Formats: sequence, structure tokens, C-alpha cells
Amino acid sequence: MSDITRDDVAHLARLARLAVSDAELDMFSAQIDAIVDTVSKVGEIPDDVPPTAQVVPQTNVVRPDTVEPSLPRDVVLAAAPAAEEGRFRVPRILGEGA
Amino acid sequence: MSWDTQRSGAGPVDSELVSLDAAELARRIHAREVSSVEVTRAHLERIEAVDGPAESGVHAFLHLDADGALAAAGAADRAIADGGPVSPLAGVPIALKDNLTTTDMPTTCASRILEGWRPPYDATVVTRLRAAGLVPLGKTNLDEFAMGSSTENSAFGPSRNPWDLTRIPGGSGGGSSSAVAAGESPLALGSDTGGSIRQPGAVTGTVGVKPTYGTVSRYGLVAFSSSLDQIGPCARSVLDAALLHEVIGGKDANDQTSVSAPLPPVVEAAQAGARGDLAGVRVGVVSEFSGEGYHSGVLAAFTDAVRVLGELGADVVEVSCPSFAYALPAYYLIAPSEASSNLARFDAMRYGLRVGDDGEHAADEVMSLTREAGFGAEVKRRIMIGTHALSAGSYDALYGKAQKARTLIVRDFTAAFETCDVLVSPTTPTTAFAIGERSDDPLAMYLADLCTIPSNLAGNAALSVPCGRSADDGLPVGLQVMAPALADDRAYRVAAAYEAATAGSAAGPRIPELRALETSR
Amino acid sequence: MTATVESAPYTVEEVCEHFDPVMGLEVHVELNTDTKMFCGCANAFGAEPNTNICPVCLGLPGALPRVNGTAVESAITIGLALNCQVRERSGFARKNYFYPDMPKNFQISQYEDPIVFDGYLDVPLDDGGTWRVEIERAHMEEDTGKSLHIGGATGRIHGADYSLLDYNRAGVPLIEIVTKPIVGAGVRAPEVARAYVTALRDVLRGLAVSDVRMDQGSMRCDANVSLKPKGTEEFGTRTETKNVNSLRSVERAVRYEMGRHAGVLLSGGTIRQETRHFDEQSGTTSAGRPKETFADYRFFPEPDLPPLEPSRDWVESLRAGLPERPWERRARIQTEWGLSDEELRDLVNAEALDLVADTVDAGAPPEAARSWWVSYLAQQANTAGVTLPELAITPVQVARVVALVGEGTLTNKLARQVVDGVLAGEGEPDEVVSGRGLAVVSDESALTTAVDEALAAQPDIAEKIRAGKTKAAGAIVGAVMKATRGQADAARVQELVLERCR
Repeated sequence: MSDITRDDVAHLARLARLAVSDAELDMFSAQIDAIVDTVSKVGEIPDDVPPTAQVVPQTNVVRPDTVEPSLPRDVVLAAAPAAEEGRFRVPRILGEGA
Repeated sequence: MSWDTQRSGAGPVDSELVSLDAAELARRIHAREVSSVEVTRAHLERIEAVDGPAESGVHAFLHLDADGALAAAGAADRAIADGGPVSPLAGVPIALKDNLTTTDMPTTCASRILEGWRPPYDATVVTRLRAAGLVPLGKTNLDEFAMGSSTENSAFGPSRNPWDLTRIPGGSGGGSSSAVAAGESPLALGSDTGGSIRQPGAVTGTVGVKPTYGTVSRYGLVAFSSSLDQIGPCARSVLDAALLHEVIGGKDANDQTSVSAPLPPVVEAAQAGARGDLAGVRVGVVSEFSGEGYHSGVLAAFTDAVRVLGELGADVVEVSCPSFAYALPAYYLIAPSEASSNLARFDAMRYGLRVGDDGEHAADEVMSLTREAGFGAEVKRRIMIGTHALSAGSYDALYGKAQKARTLIVRDFTAAFETCDVLVSPTTPTTAFAIGERSDDPLAMYLADLCTIPSNLAGNAALSVPCGRSADDGLPVGLQVMAPALADDRAYRVAAAYEAATAGSAAGPRIPELRALETSR
Repeated sequence: MTATVESAPYTVEEVCEHFDPVMGLEVHVELNTDTKMFCGCANAFGAEPNTNICPVCLGLPGALPRVNGTAVESAITIGLALNCQVRERSGFARKNYFYPDMPKNFQISQYEDPIVFDGYLDVPLDDGGTWRVEIERAHMEEDTGKSLHIGGATGRIHGADYSLLDYNRAGVPLIEIVTKPIVGAGVRAPEVARAYVTALRDVLRGLAVSDVRMDQGSMRCDANVSLKPKGTEEFGTRTETKNVNSLRSVERAVRYEMGRHAGVLLSGGTIRQETRHFDEQSGTTSAGRPKETFADYRFFPEPDLPPLEPSRDWVESLRAGLPERPWERRARIQTEWGLSDEELRDLVNAEALDLVADTVDAGAPPEAARSWWVSYLAQQANTAGVTLPELAITPVQVARVVALVGEGTLTNKLARQVVDGVLAGEGEPDEVVSGRGLAVVSDESALTTAVDEALAAQPDIAEKIRAGKTKAAGAIVGAVMKATRGQADAARVQELVLERCR
């Protein structure tokens, strides 16, 4: 198999900000291990093949530096879980994330 | 009361209206033989009759906007009455996959995390539909964030296949395809990342098109996998799909991956194809798309379709695309990788669900609790796979190699299109499977997209057109026609020719009766 | 252990007896484009919170980035001014990490293929020499929003009850300029660091691509410092010091970290690779909150943006349009203004040259512009403990004050009060004039009335003036100036007094 362990999945869940339960960890680690094992078939491809990240056949697409209307603040904040003084209110922030 | 009796004999006109093609509806509306309001009302009634209840009906729609639809229909009727120029589809109803932003309806992506979210802007395709006078009926069901092949991953319950309500309507765009198949809407929009328009089209006996990547703006399509996603039409005929394609396609400054090249002449191609002559067209049968995992009934229908193409004058050859073996693995690395990044924005800070904001939990914890509660299992699984594939220790072996696989697949297509004008295959290896049959086995589910994924990875055009029923179970089978990038018209021409040649036979009735459902209500 | 070390760091001279310092400087510069990097929202400092936001910079589902062509042009221009190569094909990449001030929870940046790379800047030092700083790369990215921490004792991030987010700054174009390791500066390392950031600021200001205001965050510096024992080749563990918000702080932060590293290493300890925060008050650094895991940003190519392939013609036209280098400009200015070497050096050392030049560009005569910056404004900066560029007044504002004096609206004394008002945040010079009621009283009838009243109040003096003792007029002028609270033009008052006594 692909050697994805339960601890690996717990780490991935933390990186991805998913507070997964113990039961989910069991389920996901088995499934993800099997899936990663299957998709690892791409490892057969020689290293000298160049990568393709995009299939867009164009380059240098830019827009003019011209101001366009912004959204009304009230509309945006009305969709927010919480707002205060024209700002989005969020729970306390603890330093920089990883 | 039953739908069937209502429709038989000299019943009300609306029973006929819901079975017509969009082109024919548009003709009657524009000739003022019927009003857009009447057509819209007929479809709203059909939805009322067959869509619910969520536990047993077709359940194609997550949100219906009857008032908005009737208002838009009224506006279309007035524009037509005024005698000015109107778009070819003005007044025709349409259903929108619920991952397209709409200002007048919620956009949920069938996820709890976006439940009730009302976007402050319309997707470009929605803006274009409105400008062309089409009538949006509502938002259709999908696998959560378009991740799946059955709509079973919808947080709001699956849609059902109108041909057999115990079966899946395909996915992720099963809501759009089942709405079109069930007579709830003559047209729909879907999004295709690995087959999400074509595979539902195949299993519901409808037409589904994935245009060339970059030819339809993605602005306002909630991104699943940005380098693969493409919006496209769902319809009951090839011509209808082409007409809708022309409404939504073309360059958009809001999407810098949208191409400047002119849209291929798809309507012209569909009309030319319908005249039934494929003389000189070189059709390649991809030999890799058969064998283990393919239903015999599907392969038989496909073989028969290839025979028909030959009878229409096409030169049929077999081609090999050996690198397609890497398509599924590459797809299940690239799509989750991009998704892990695209879905990071759902963090409870600015919009959508927020869980655990009790004054004790810090922002970081609230993010994790919200994402845990708001995402379903398949979405979490893919986010974690993508996070893994992009991690420093795995990038080269997984994501990096998947990009190399993409190169090989592009090369296989390029080589095949040197000798063929189009390539054909079954759209999906099987007919509609039973709801619940594969829901515990993600890998089995992923196989449904085996034939459709290569075109997403390479960005070329591909569509699915109905190709009769499987002798195994009587369910619809789809023929996939693939064309080079920016040559979508070739696929339309071949599909339209095949459709015309088999009208009334191979494709069977376009709208199932849904009698069972009607009488049970 | 660390506490004692931090309270008594080694001097740079002591450090360099044992070690060679190695520095790497990362400077973020906000471009002054009209719009943001990836959307058409205004790029404006100080707007009402969340008024310059749209689906794109707010990261709403379905929104897509759109590259600002002017920002790309600025990035290339900066690269050319720093003698960099322009990459034939470059692209954007996503840097993934969760943080509430970043709407998409990824930052669109550049990773393996930055737009420009491999350059250098010859940096003038205090003694007249230069130091060549090699540039590794400069790349484009987007800024984050700003958070306000509410509750708790201090209003700082630690101990806050909750936070309020403003995304106006989210998506503002940033250019990150990264040096190669700066090796061999020895005891001059802190000076070289400051001189580099100063020179970089001058170059960028000359290009007019950024406001380069460290006090407003439009230019920010992160200083990486490590020590390698003398005679060895391998670099030591580095620390990255953030929150370095002035040129002086760049020098102080490097000096402090050098001393701190030496203290730790010489007492047998090891340096932890970490981010440290510079404290302006104490001039020391402190460790940030330790990360639970080493950051894994999972960079991958941005799928929503096609690659950039700047044409040779485009690059060459930008190169041809580069302004003269700051040092060339200095030589020219010296000639044009007729400055002695010493006067020029004083201007440069006081960081006043560009300010004066900009004031002149805004319409002020060179002598008046120079006089304001080197005397009154220099005093104010000194009193406030800031550098001249950090003063809350712009060259354009100074030029306006000079113009108001020139047209007779202000006396020199009133002009100083207007400058005080601008520095106190009372707005533009004209707003201060009307807000404080500082304009010279030039209403002839009002002045005449005031003169008549003063003459009537002191009839004996009025008599003397009429008798030809014009020197006595001084007392009446003084009374009028007092009555008008100094806002009258004393010379004109003198004339009026003599007129009325004729």
C-alpha cells in the first residue's frame, strides 16, 4: 500500500483545517491509503517528461489599471456570520498559521 | 389524477410543451403560437408534479424561483411582442447547476457550508442567459462541490434517474440532466471537471457537452478544479445544446483563461450534421475504452453506433491512446490538489456557515470545526488527498507526476487527431447504477469517469449523445464524441448526424413517463 | 539563560571577533497602481473599512483573478532598475496557508519562476564608498487584509477577545525583493542593511512605482541574520526579524540580532530557526509564537492565470524609459541648485534630498524648499524622534505652504503654524489655514478700521506720527498686530498707519 498512516491523515486534516473525529480518521486513513496507492501509478512516468499545468493556449493576459466599482459594504457584511463597525467580526486570532 | 391521463387525448397543451426540444419551443414562442409564460408555467407544473418529495421524487432542483421565472418569461414575451430582434432561445426555460452564482437565488454547491448563501454577483454565463432572454427556473442538485458521479454526495439528498427512480442520474450534474430528462426543463447548464456533464447525459438519455477549455467563461462557477472545470450545455437534442453553447460561449474579460479565438460554429455544424452526411469524416475508435468493467449492453450499443457512423459515410479506424491509462490516476491527483486550495476559502470568516463561535474557540479552531461540520465525506477525502499530493514530501512523486501524465495524454490526443477528425467511445462504462451501490467504495465510483476524464486533462471538446438502450437493463447509453481543442463543431456535426440517423429508434423516447411516480403520489 | 543574553547582547565589534555575519533582506513594496493586483478595486490607503472590496479580492466563491498589466510593468521596471534578468516565461503560483486576513486562504504569488531575477544594487555607504548587494529575485504577489484586535488588556493580538477584519488592503499589489546572502560586511553589516534599504527606497521612489512609506507599511523589511564562525564556510542557523518599520530600525534590528546570536552561540547554545518581532521602543527582538508544525505552503501553479512572456521589445522599451539613477540625479541636482559638497551631503544624510527635490517638482523654489526641510521640518522631526521622510507631511504639502507664503496669504510665522497643523493631522495646508483661521488679514477695510481704532486709543502717539515722527508708528503697528492676533501683514499695516496720519 501507499504507507499513508492514521497519523499522516491526522496531520493532513490539521493542515486542511478539518476537525475530523476518531471514527473518521479510521475510515479516511483506509480509504486515502487505497486511493493514493492507486493514483501512485503516475510514478511510472519518466522524469524527463515536461509537466503540463494548464491547457490555455495564450499568454500575457492582463487588464488595464482602471478602477471599477466595488461591492456595497452593507451587502457584503449582511452575508457575514458576524460584523461590527463596518468590519467582519471573527473569533480571536492566535498568531500566524502554518 | 395522474400525469398520464392528463396528457392523453386532447389534454391541456402543457403536457406536450414539456416534451418539446428547446428549438421547437423557441420557434413557437417567437411565432407567438404559445407564450413564454405558458411554457414556463407548464414546466413549473411538471416540476411540481414529479420533482418532489426529496425522499422519492426526481429531486432535480435544490431551489425553485417560480416568481422570478414567470417575471422573466413575461419580459421575454413583451420583447417578442415588441417585434425587436431577440436571441434564438429567448423565452425558453433553463435550469442552472447550483454551483453557478446567481444574485436572485441561493448558491449552495449542495453543501451545508454554503447553505443559504446569496452571491452578490451573477456568473458570466448567467448574465449571458439573462441577456439572451432565457428563463432561469431554479438551481439544480449536484454532488457537493461537483465531487462525485451520482449526486449521492449532495448534502441535500440525491437526485433520481427519471428512467428508474431507484438509480442514480449520474454526477456531479445529475440534477441538471435529470431535470432535462424528466421534462422539468428543456435546457440546463452543467459544469464538467471529469465528466460531470457527459456522464449524467449518458445515463439519463440526454445530450451533454463539455466545450473546449477556455471557450466558456468560468467566472461565477464555484471552482472545483480550475484547470479542468468547464461549463457546458445539457439538452434533449444536439441542436439545442449548440444553440445554448452559442449563448454562453465566447471570451470574457473576467476569466483570463478564456480564449480570444472565435467560438467554433457549433449551430451551423449541428444543422449540417443533421443532414446526415459524414462522407470523408475520419472517426477513431479509442481501443483503450473497452474490456474489463464495461457492460456488454453498453459495448453493444456503442458498436452499433459506430456501425451507424460508418453507414453515414464516416471512415472508421481504431486508434490507441496508451497514456490514457494514466488519466484516472492523474485526475484524482490534480483535481483534489486544486480543490484543496480552491475550497480553503470556506473558513467561516466572511460568509457561509460558522460553527463553534462561542467566545472560547479561536479563529483557527472555528475554521476547523466549521469545515468539519460543513463538508461531506467525499469533499473532506479529496481535500486531504490534495493536501497530501501537494505537500513538500509528495509533490514530485504525486502532483508533479500527474502533470507529466497530462503531457502524455495531450500527446496521445494530438497524435490521434493527426489521423482522425473525431474520436469516439462509450461515455461511461456502465448504465445508471443503483443508488447506494457504490457509495461506500470511492474507487468504484471513480471508474464512472474513466472515458470522460482524458478530455478534461487535455482541454479538448467532448460531448455525449444518446445511443440507445442497453440490452442488459433497458437503460440509456451514451456515445462520447471527442474533438480537438477549438474544433467543437466537429463533435456537434458527428453527433447531430448520428442523432438524425437514429431518431425515434436508438435514442428512444426522450422523456420517460414517470407514471410510477405520479400514481404513487 | 536567554533572558540574560537578550538583556546584554554583544557589540558588533565583539561579535565580529568570533563570527562573520550573513544577512538576507526581504523587502515588500506595495505598488501605487490605481487598482489592486487582481481586480479593479481602488488601491487606496486609509479608506473606510471594507469599501474597496469585490468578489475577487474578497475571495468569494466563483470569482477569478485578473492580472493588473500596470503592476506587471512596474515589476519588470523594478527588476530592470535592479539590474535583473527578466524571465522569458514566468507564472503565478498559489501559496497555501490559512489565516483570517487572507480571503482565499492562499496567496497568489510567484514561486519557481519569478518575473525578474539575478540582479544587483550598488549601495552608497556613509563614507562615500559603495557596497554591491546581489539581488536573488523580485516577484509579484498580493497583500493581505488588516485585522484589529478587540478586548484584552492591550488591544494586541495576544489576549484579544475577538478581531475585526478590513479587506481593503487584501489584493493590493506587492513586489517582494529578495537579496542573495550578504556576506563579508563584518562590523558594517547593520550599516549595509540600512544603506541597502535606503538605496532601494530611493531607486523605487525614482521609478514612482510605490509610495515607499515604511511608516504606512507601503515598504516593509524582513531581516534574516545568521552568524558563521570565522574561518568556516557553512552558514549558521538564521532568524527572520519582522516588524522592522523604519530605516533606523533595520540597522538596529540587525545589530541586535547579531549580538543576540553571538550571546547564545558563545554560551554554548543553539539558535532556533524562527520568526522574531522587532520592538521599536526597546530596540530588541522577541520570538514569535512557535509554530506547531513547520510551514508547508504547498505551492503549485495558479491555474486561473496564464503565463507571462514579456516580449523583448516591451522589456527594452521599459528599459529605455528608466529614470536616471538616484546618484546620477544627485550630481545633476547639485549643479542645478548650486550646492556645495557639504550642503549636498547634509541633505542626503538628513534623508532630505528627495523630499526637497519632490518639493521643487511640486512648484517650490529650490532655496525655499531646502530651507523648510533642513531647518523647521528637521527640528520637528528631531523633536518627534523620527526621520524626515517619516514626518507626516508630503513634499506636495510643503510646496503648497511655500506657495501660500509667496502669494501673501501666509507670513513665515503663520506658515509654521500651518505646517504644525498638517503634522498634527488637521488635513491639507488649505484646510489648516481655514480651520485655524490663519490667513493673513488682507481685507483693507478691516485693517484700516483696526488702524483707526489703534490711533484713536493712543491719540498722543497719533499726534507724534502726524508731526513727522514716523518711528512712533511702531507702537501702533504693534497694537494692530495684537488686535489681529498676528495675522496681518506688518509691512502693510505700517503703510496704512502712515497713510492715515498724513
